[in-house]
Amino acid sequence: MKQKSDVQQGTLALMVLKTVDVVGPLHGYGIARRIEQISGDLLSVNQGTLYPVLLRLEQEGAIASEWGPSENNRRARFYRLTRAGQTLLKAEKRDWEQTAAIIARFFDVNAKDLA
Amino acid sequence: VRALRRFFTRVLNFAGMRRGDERLREEMESHLAAQTGENIRAGMGLAEARRHAGLKFGTVQAVREDYRAEEGLPLLEDLLLDIRYALRVLWKSPAFTLVATFTLMVGIGANVVVFGVINAVLLRPLEVSDPDNLYQIRLKPWTSGKALTTSYPAFEDYLQRNTTVTGLAGYNGFRGGRLRWGNTVKRASGYSVTGNYFEFLGVQPQLGRLIQSADDRGSNSAPYMVLSDSLWRTAFNADPSVVGSTVRLGKDPFTVIGVAPARFHGTERFGWPDYWIPVLNDVDAKYLQDRKGRPLTVLGRLKPGVTPERAVEDLSAIAAQLAKEYPTTDTGVPLRLIRPGLQGDARDVIRGFLYGVTGLTLLVLVAACANLASLFAARAADRNRELALRVALGASRWRLVRQLMTEAMVVSMVGGAAGLVTASLLLGALNRWQSPPPGQVAVSADTRVYVAALILTLVSGLLFGMIPARQVWQSSPLQAMKRGAVDPTRRHLLSLQDLLLGAQIAICTLLVSASFVAVRGMVRMLHAPLGFQPQGAMLAEMAVSEEGDVLLEKRKAMLEAVRSIPGVTAAGMVSKVPFTGGLRGIPIFPPGTTEFTLNNSVLEPYGLAISPAYFEAAGTRLLSGRDISWHDTVQTPYVAIVNATLARNMWGAAPAIGQRFIVFGHLREVVGVVEDSKYNEIAESPPPAFYLPFSQYEQANTTFVVRSQRAQNEMAAALERTLSGFAPDALIPVQSWPEAMAGALFPSRAAASGLGVLGLLAAMLAVTGIFGMAAYNVSRRMKELGIRVALGARTKHVMSTAVGRPIVLLGIGSFAGLLVCVLASRLLGQIVYQANTRDPVVVLGAVLTMALLGLAASAIPALRALAVDPSKLMREE
Repeated sequence: MKQKSDVQQGTLALMVLKTVDVVGPLHGYGIARRIEQISGDLLSVNQGTLYPVLLRLEQEGAIASEWGPSENNRRARFYRLTRAGQTLLKAEKRDWEQTAAIIARFFDVNAKDLA
Repeated sequence: VRALRRFFTRVLNFAGMRRGDERLREEMESHLAAQTGENIRAGMGLAEARRHAGLKFGTVQAVREDYRAEEGLPLLEDLLLDIRYALRVLWKSPAFTLVATFTLMVGIGANVVVFGVINAVLLRPLEVSDPDNLYQIRLKPWTSGKALTTSYPAFEDYLQRNTTVTGLAGYNGFRGGRLRWGNTVKRASGYSVTGNYFEFLGVQPQLGRLIQSADDRGSNSAPYMVLSDSLWRTAFNADPSVVGSTVRLGKDPFTVIGVAPARFHGTERFGWPDYWIPVLNDVDAKYLQDRKGRPLTVLGRLKPGVTPERAVEDLSAIAAQLAKEYPTTDTGVPLRLIRPGLQGDARDVIRGFLYGVTGLTLLVLVAACANLASLFAARAADRNRELALRVALGASRWRLVRQLMTEAMVVSMVGGAAGLVTASLLLGALNRWQSPPPGQVAVSADTRVYVAALILTLVSGLLFGMIPARQVWQSSPLQAMKRGAVDPTRRHLLSLQDLLLGAQIAICTLLVSASFVAVRGMVRMLHAPLGFQPQGAMLAEMAVSEEGDVLLEKRKAMLEAVRSIPGVTAAGMVSKVPFTGGLRGIPIFPPGTTEFTLNNSVLEPYGLAISPAYFEAAGTRLLSGRDISWHDTVQTPYVAIVNATLARNMWGAAPAIGQRFIVFGHLREVVGVVEDSKYNEIAESPPPAFYLPFSQYEQANTTFVVRSQRAQNEMAAALERTLSGFAPDALIPVQSWPEAMAGALFPSRAAASGLGVLGLLAAMLAVTGIFGMAAYNVSRRMKELGIRVALGARTKHVMSTAVGRPIVLLGIGSFAGLLVCVLASRLLGQIVYQANTRDPVVVLGAVLTMALLGLAASAIPALRALAVDPSKLMREE
């Protein structure tokens, strides 16, 4: 069993949250497609890894799910963002931006700036 | 919060065995179908589209595993699997499981019982408010028995003058009498308490109200009584209408004003009072003004911020001050603070005893663990192949160790549970068993006991699980597979198993000899010279109300009547029978003393009033001089009889007869010397004492001592009939002297029976240990033995191969155990009266017992080894 890094797992969860926030209730395949469209190749190989993340988010109460008919008339599970999920998304977004900004600053630093 | 919520969902999933498998499968199908559809639209063939969809999705199995890991609690699930496996393995060898469980049940059960008693007697706080700030004020010298603290006037002085305690409450625990209510008559004993007693202790009534400070209105305030819950239930059938009714205590009426809560039994853990009355209403309230007696036990609470040392200084200063103001009565002995609950200083003795027993009981558990460890180690050795196979197939060692530990834990849990159940039953029985002398003490299993049982269980599981785990950890699969079950290379001088068995036998020997010591101590105690002969004597207690000559004549008549009962060989009267408590020192003065301050007194011996022939009835020998007679009256010279210790302390080697001393203001001449006797407890060194004739020293208390050849119950009935002729409506308690002494003998009886049980348990453990080792040895080397027999080995050799090792270990272990026992005589001295571990009877007994146990335990394996049939054995395998 290979272990995914926390960062990657965390990013995937954040992407899921953002996707259902923007698009509204969506089934697993739809979320996977969306993320694929936007992020390129993160999910192009292991779309299946999405499902444990979805379960985890649901257990945490950030998203809720229910059965519904999909486009090809199969039963599919539709996920939507809950109120708790919205709060979480906002907080995560802020954290992420902060982290990104700090990391960016680190990368911008030149040797002479530190001297 | 999120993590918590997630955890709960997972626990719920786990508990409900809810599986999202179905949901995941459907979602995956739907996902794959959608992807396939998309691929077809993108121009792929159906098969191609499916393949690509699958590729893109990733490994279904991996996703499913991840999903499951998210869903439940994988660690717990593994643990459950382990437990299930362990149960299966244990189920397959029921004999082993049974022996292991039983061993552990004994070890843990014994410890839980002992802890339950310690918990009830020492650890559990008293049922009063703020029990941490509750002290008993006591005279500084360490005294055994029920020595009390102060007189009532002195109590009031302490209360008014001190600056360090917020409150002082006093009680007199020596009140007893016949309680009548309607037609019910019951002997009851209770406390007379100061008015603030209940408020001070923070006790609320369960019915009516309790005695309050406001009730203290001098000695003519209304006589109130508060009932204890148990008296209310037994004598009054829990009738709520009893509040407000009048009961008689002796001949005095009291109004019942309330019932104390069921959990409140005063501040002593042994000997619960049946009722409480205000000290001001006490029957002989003479002592309210009397500074001589010291009837009150005083309780106090410290002011915030005051240390006990500071309070002791303060109170002792007041005591010194009082001694100056009242030199004839107050001694000025400094005070100290102790924790109330265990009859004053008896606490130290009781604590020493209980901790000593705890130590020995823990040793039983250690022996049980050693026993189990060697059993488990032997099993692990047998399963070497299986375990090696599993390592070879890729199981991590950690996984195997976990498996073995789980097995050990399962056994310890089952054993622990069995032990706890047994212990709770025993504690319940102990609680219901109401032995009159020490009174009740509530022992029952509470949370603390359960926690202790759990800890013991876990620790012992760890202890004996570690040994096989260590073996597995160190084993090499290659070696194990090559060698097979029999292990001829492992014939070190001393293997781990040998060490375990040796230690176990040593511990068992120690316990067996300790129980021998206890039983010997008990026997010695029963035969210790008391200075009187309780065997064959009856006691009848009788209160008299007359005074002066009338009383004296009545006494003579009663004694005459008792003497003429057929079968009576001797009869006498005494004011207080030894071993019933409440004796106190009486200051005596040399002739010529004019100022009777306590500083001038030479000795404070016990003083008793007696009738003629009391010594004959009690079986106390008169060493020299004469007995008193009815002719010693207030008109004739005052006389006294002293015991040998008093004579020696006062006059050394000089003859005591004819010497004089002053007591109660009269100059008395010694007319006789009697042998020493004991008054409070068997272990005490004989205190000085003197005896005065009833005819020269009036005392209300009277107990008849009657010696006869007749059967006890016959004699008791005759005595009661005769005496009730003199006081028709009195209830005269008659009991045999040994019965009355049971309380004094209780500690050593308890010690002997407790240690006896421990010794028995230890013996059982020793048997199972030796038997297990020998039986295992034989079964493991069956084949080898068969070959030996086939090759013509003699019986002697077969025997020595089969059971030689356990027997040698038995010898070494027993020797070590005996050595420790001899060295541990100080520890045993805490538990047993005059423990003598060098007693040849004890040593011999222990050696014989261990030898017999070893013989019994190794007999069956040895017989099996001898009965080995080589031809049959060789054909097997």
